[in-house]
Amino acid sequence: MIKLEQITKQFRLSNRSLTAVDAVDLEIREGEIFGIIGYSGAGKSTLIRMLNGLEKPTGGRVTVNGMEMSSISGADLRKARQKVSMIFQHFNLLWSRTVAENIAFPLEIAGVKKADREPRVRELIRLVGLEGREDAYPSELSGGQKQRVGIARALANEPDVLLCDEATSALDPETTDSILDLLTDINKRLNLTIVLITHEMHVIRKICHRVAVMEAGRVVEMGDVLQVFRSPQQPITKRFVSQVTETHDIKQAIGQLVRENPDGTLIRLGFVGERTGEPVLARLIRTFDIDVNILQANVSQTHGGTFGSIILNLAGDEAAVAKAVEFLHSEGVETEVIERD
Amino acid sequence: MIEQLFPNVDWEKMWEATLETLYMTAVATLFTFLIGLVLGILLFLTGPKGIYQNRISNLITAAFVNIFRSIPFIILIILLIPLTKFLLGSIRGPNAALPALIIGSAPFYGRMVQIALAEIDKGVIEAARSMGATTWTIIRKVLLPESMPALISGITVTAIALVGYTAMAGIIGAGGLGNLAYLDGFQRSRTDVTIVATILILIIVFAIQWIGDILVKRTDKR
Repeated sequence: MIKLEQITKQFRLSNRSLTAVDAVDLEIREGEIFGIIGYSGAGKSTLIRMLNGLEKPTGGRVTVNGMEMSSISGADLRKARQKVSMIFQHFNLLWSRTVAENIAFPLEIAGVKKADREPRVRELIRLVGLEGREDAYPSELSGGQKQRVGIARALANEPDVLLCDEATSALDPETTDSILDLLTDINKRLNLTIVLITHEMHVIRKICHRVAVMEAGRVVEMGDVLQVFRSPQQPITKRFVSQVTETHDIKQAIGQLVRENPDGTLIRLGFVGERTGEPVLARLIRTFDIDVNILQANVSQTHGGTFGSIILNLAGDEAAVAKAVEFLHSEGVETEVIERD
Repeated sequence: MIEQLFPNVDWEKMWEATLETLYMTAVATLFTFLIGLVLGILLFLTGPKGIYQNRISNLITAAFVNIFRSIPFIILIILLIPLTKFLLGSIRGPNAALPALIIGSAPFYGRMVQIALAEIDKGVIEAARSMGATTWTIIRKVLLPESMPALISGITVTAIALVGYTAMAGIIGAGGLGNLAYLDGFQRSRTDVTIVATILILIIVFAIQWIGDILVKRTDKR
């Protein structure tokens, strides 16, 4: 569906050149929600703009749905853009137009006749749940409603791909979730390929099928979201994963637990997918003659399944504890001994 | 009562002069608006970070704008006498003032248009580009409507300045309230004529401001 081959983008600044995107290879499948996560300045914003030709790569090739976006220009590019639409962090609605007129804008650009625009706009307004607000101006809408207009506008010309440029970063957590639900719904209903960039792991966890992690213009890690959550490889990925699994509160609590439990071995267990339901802990307690104390547990939902982590304190005979840890390993549970320092 | 206060005022002449001032202001404002829009859009599109970055045409436009904006109006009128003669065959009457009025104020308004366009959120232009809009569509459906309140308040200020310019244009015999106040009022020491002409000019200025404010309010949905 979307293929990036050795994509590089350099910007010439007054005294030096800056490589914003550095030899990125990516393949995005039809119908998937693909997330690109990175801190600001990682190059993700430049990368996503090369998918609709708003930026031209200085090297490499971008193909979207058979169209080579990196080489076409003029009328061909404008035509192609109607099928690769985009929503934005700051919504970018025309304040001089009402909700309905904003949604009609891409239809006007595509040359759709007025009589055909009206029913289409009504349909889109219903799709994003904005009935009754057709004649409101953007200044009268909340952030979440504005993004809904943005989404309706982006869907107007029945695109194959929807690009989301930090689409929820300006919204509060609750509104973020409702917009993410809407995107998931659209993805399923229209089989629309969605590419989104974000700096929030929460967004990746909630709706993405696969994720690429960007740092300094490169994709440093990529895979199924569940896989990346279960065993992040790169330090930056671990930091992003811990945004969701270990909030600041939990980190403090663990420090507290380590101090309060001076004896025994602290281990962290990671459960993924169907394993979360299995009674591994019960078997552990029954099989080994040790004291098992559950200090902390949490579970998170991703698009591909659930994953969770439990922090245990195992106290007792050292050999027995070692065997217990081995048992957990053999059961396929991610096990990590938390070092005391 | 009025006769006593303003014994020297010839009301018929005064009315005629008022119409001349209104005519000069209206026509000059219309052309200033159109030419200023073209100049401002050109400056915006060819400027740094514009959609059609082009140093040379930007420099030429900017030079034209700056030169004509810098020449004092009274000197511009004199400089343009040959052009006016060529265009209209005469340098007398309200029409004779138009070339100088338009050339004097269009570059000024062009700068205002450029500033108004620069205020538009870049994201909105990017959004239109991402939908596959042509530059012409962006000008018509994004740049102009999104900057409309600023464009209107700019033309209001310019129109008021033009009222002042029409008074100056009186010296080349363009007619209007300025001309009347100068010839009939000042040179013949009839202060009452000057006062009435001034009051009428003030009324015109206030009316323009009032209309401008209403239009700005109506177009601004932010």
